[in-house]
Amino acid sequence: MLRFFVRKLLLAVSTLFAVSVLTFGLFFAVPNNPAELMCGNGKVCSPERLEMIERRMGLDVPVPQQYGSFMKGIFAGRTIGEGDAARECLRPCLGFSFRNDEPVSRIVGRTLPVTLSLVAGAAVVWLLIGVSVGMISALRRGTVFDRLAVGFSLVGASMPILLFGPLLLIVFVYETGWLSYPRYVPITENPLAWASAMILPWLALGFLNSASYARLSRAQMLETLTEDFVRTARAKGLPKATVYGRHALRAAITPIVTIAGLDLGTYLGGTVITETIFGFTGLGKASLNAAINLDMPVVMATVLLAAVFIVAANVVVDALYAVIDPRVRLG
Amino acid sequence: MSEPLLRVEGLVKHFPVRGGWRTPALVRAVDGVDFEVRAGETLGLVGESGCGKTTTGRMLVRLLEPSGGRITFEGRDITHARRGALRPLRQDLQIIFQDPFASLNPRHTVGRIVAMPLQVNGIKPAGGVKARVRELLELVGLNPEHYNRYPHEFSGGQRQRIGIARALALQPKLIVADEPVSALDVSIQAQVINLLRQLQRELDLGFVFIAHDLAVVRHFCQRVAVMYLGKIVEVGDRDDIYARPQHPYTRALLSAIPDVNRLGPTGRIRLTGDVPTPLDPPSGCRFRTRCWKAQEICASTEPELVPRDGGRQLTACHFPEKGDLA
Amino acid sequence: MSEQQVVAQAAVVDGAGGLEPGAVPAGGKEFVGRSPGQLAWLRLRRDRVGLASGGALLFFVLLAVAAPLVERLYGKGPLERFPERLDRNGFPLGYAGVDAEHWLGIQPNLGRDVFIQLVYGLRTSLLVAFTAALLTIGLGILVGVVAGYLGGRVDAVLTWFVDLTMAFPFFIFCFAFIPVAVNQFYGVRDAEATWFRPMLLIAIFVLFNWTYTARLVRGQVLSLREREFVDAARAAGAGLGHILFRQLLPNLWAPILVTFSLNVPALITAEAALSFLGIGILEPTPDLGRLISDSVDFIREVPTFTIVGGTTLFLLVLSFNLFGDALRDALDPKSTR
Repeated sequence: MLRFFVRKLLLAVSTLFAVSVLTFGLFFAVPNNPAELMCGNGKVCSPERLEMIERRMGLDVPVPQQYGSFMKGIFAGRTIGEGDAARECLRPCLGFSFRNDEPVSRIVGRTLPVTLSLVAGAAVVWLLIGVSVGMISALRRGTVFDRLAVGFSLVGASMPILLFGPLLLIVFVYETGWLSYPRYVPITENPLAWASAMILPWLALGFLNSASYARLSRAQMLETLTEDFVRTARAKGLPKATVYGRHALRAAITPIVTIAGLDLGTYLGGTVITETIFGFTGLGKASLNAAINLDMPVVMATVLLAAVFIVAANVVVDALYAVIDPRVRLG
Repeated sequence: MSEPLLRVEGLVKHFPVRGGWRTPALVRAVDGVDFEVRAGETLGLVGESGCGKTTTGRMLVRLLEPSGGRITFEGRDITHARRGALRPLRQDLQIIFQDPFASLNPRHTVGRIVAMPLQVNGIKPAGGVKARVRELLELVGLNPEHYNRYPHEFSGGQRQRIGIARALALQPKLIVADEPVSALDVSIQAQVINLLRQLQRELDLGFVFIAHDLAVVRHFCQRVAVMYLGKIVEVGDRDDIYARPQHPYTRALLSAIPDVNRLGPTGRIRLTGDVPTPLDPPSGCRFRTRCWKAQEICASTEPELVPRDGGRQLTACHFPEKGDLA
Repeated sequence: MSEQQVVAQAAVVDGAGGLEPGAVPAGGKEFVGRSPGQLAWLRLRRDRVGLASGGALLFFVLLAVAAPLVERLYGKGPLERFPERLDRNGFPLGYAGVDAEHWLGIQPNLGRDVFIQLVYGLRTSLLVAFTAALLTIGLGILVGVVAGYLGGRVDAVLTWFVDLTMAFPFFIFCFAFIPVAVNQFYGVRDAEATWFRPMLLIAIFVLFNWTYTARLVRGQVLSLREREFVDAARAAGAGLGHILFRQLLPNLWAPILVTFSLNVPALITAEAALSFLGIGILEPTPDLGRLISDSVDFIREVPTFTIVGGTTLFLLVLSFNLFGDALRDALDPKSTR
């Protein structure tokens, strides 16, 4: 048990380390000096001004040292630059944007809630629809409902959000005018406006994902229903509802929890396509914009954050799994 | 006395097993085994499952690397020979496997399976590979027209015949048969045994025939070795072993064979207790923990495998049984 | 001949075989063996969904391969503009510009023909997806077979690598990587060669995808290498190459084919997504994702444009997915859905 977790934690740490090194390496793989980029595209930059920018951003020390101070900045904050150019960057320090000198942590603070709202609502949609459709069609195997559900999951799994998202917009916004084009409002400001802006993206992301969840939970439930302990429970004379609701559902739900955890981790890192289609500036969109502008501090921060989400989801899922399913602990 | 075809001296195989962070423990699967096989002779290697007989067989054809001891084939030491040096030997020493469903590649045709040893060793028989394969299929009693079919189209007995044909492809002098019939129906077992006997006589093959049951061996082997927990406890000519077993373990095994001629209470010896773990075998005689004759000397001194009555029968026991089996 | 008949005949042969070597069973005709592959094909042919999706798939592939021929027959190129078919605001005349000349209408603003763009977009999409899938599978097989058979340290490194890529934020990393790589090769100001983006996308897809195949193959090899037919080959003196590629590989084709056929649609989707976001395929190479991205700007005025492009992508992915499922069922009749 202990060994299992030590192994998982080691893997998590090594993954985060690999991601940070890789992105940091990318940062310097850009042939144009970042200082040159800051100076402005196409313009000729005087050597004095270049040097000033370099010092200001702390780019005049060796790369490994820069990596070290970057990491230190995240955990303890740091001072960027020196002398008159020095700027205090508080923990968690992710640096300053090349484009407008805005602290990266503030950009993240502004965009993360958007992605968070989007994913949380969508997850509710896909778990509700997906799991219930899957379970019901497993229990009514062979009925019309089951066939429709199987068809839905097959088609839904192939439906690209590139089609489904615009389709929702066309139907609900442009053709019928039932909803206006979404505009993000923080939940703290006006929960109702927040929800009404989020409803289309929730539907888009949630509905598409529910297809694979329906398929997974149907397969899981079917498998569980043939297992001996379920048959034993039925043979003992327990009521159907008890057997399915308490025994079978619990056994079938474990893999679904796992997948859901991993999906959540992945989506929290950015749902860039959904954000783009519905015009939100979430974490993914911010990352994309930064990448196109070669605004590397922002890119690095968003990539690292996404990796942290995925790795954390992995660790949590492993821990949950070990708690739910005692067999894992032996592995 | 002429040089035997195969001589095994002090053969040892230990498997390390990892247990947590501790130093690896050793499974003493085979722990000092000696025997000989002469050209054209059939030796039966008998014992309960887990006694190391299959491991021994696999070391003979070098599917497993021995941990110690010596294997000599036709006077050459092959214990640790590399693949290149083994090549000529491969042709003389082949193996038949236990499970006819796992031992044939499901994606290859019968023709390809049987021809594989020829192909691997770059042998081009006169008249072509295909003719040779047909000949081999006919030899083991299969329809040579089945050349292009796949293993899943055959029954267990037929599959085992295909395995035998493959082993014969290189015209070996010695075949290790690892429980070749134990996975088959009883009615099919006799047919396959008959085929092996017929081939053995016609082709003058030597055999190491591994089995867990003495009844099968009786019909096939001239000599029998009984293994217990990684060691040979008794070896001798078939008639001696079956008529006058000297080791208590052999007696116990023989008494377990059902016999229609002995109705009623048969004096069957029931062994009590389990086979000890090969991780930590008992001191002295390994059988002592289940033996009804065990005394102090059995725990302190390991009995040697020597003739106990001046004959050719070797027994590793301090208190050998005497007289015919009732 | 049904399978049962074969087995029945087999039993007859077995019964007679020991006594009469080479006896030909009653009937005497020569049998044709059915390989596992042929049996799978028979099952696939009986699967209506499989057949239909396979047909659709074939249609898409043919259309993509024959794109220049289609252009010839259709009489319009993907980059050709028809400004006379647009109104003053740049919107197509009539209903989305659909008429006998332009089957799926005219692209707003640029005035290109939508149908021929879709055909060439298919070509780009399939080219990238197929190449990436092939390379992925090749690399995955090689590493998976070797790691699975050799085990030990090689295997440990592979397992770590697989775990690492699974915890890697692929999409976000693409954002960071693609602009930087382009910048590395071309700088901010130079124009890219048209082949560069597809190559870059393929390289990234392979880099992040091969570990899944490798893991799958490794698992299969781990279970197969304990089978006795591998021992039989070793006992006959076979070398590592023969065992890996003659004995083991033929048994891996089924899972590999299934992975491949499910990998392609995933890659098509990923490629379209990246192009939609503006970091995939660029102008002037026609592409499905970029076409959808262009169309979204006019979604209020010309919704059919978006729907046509999106539906093409959807049908492409759907036919691949359905065919992949049918293939799996055919190759592994025991699997249940």
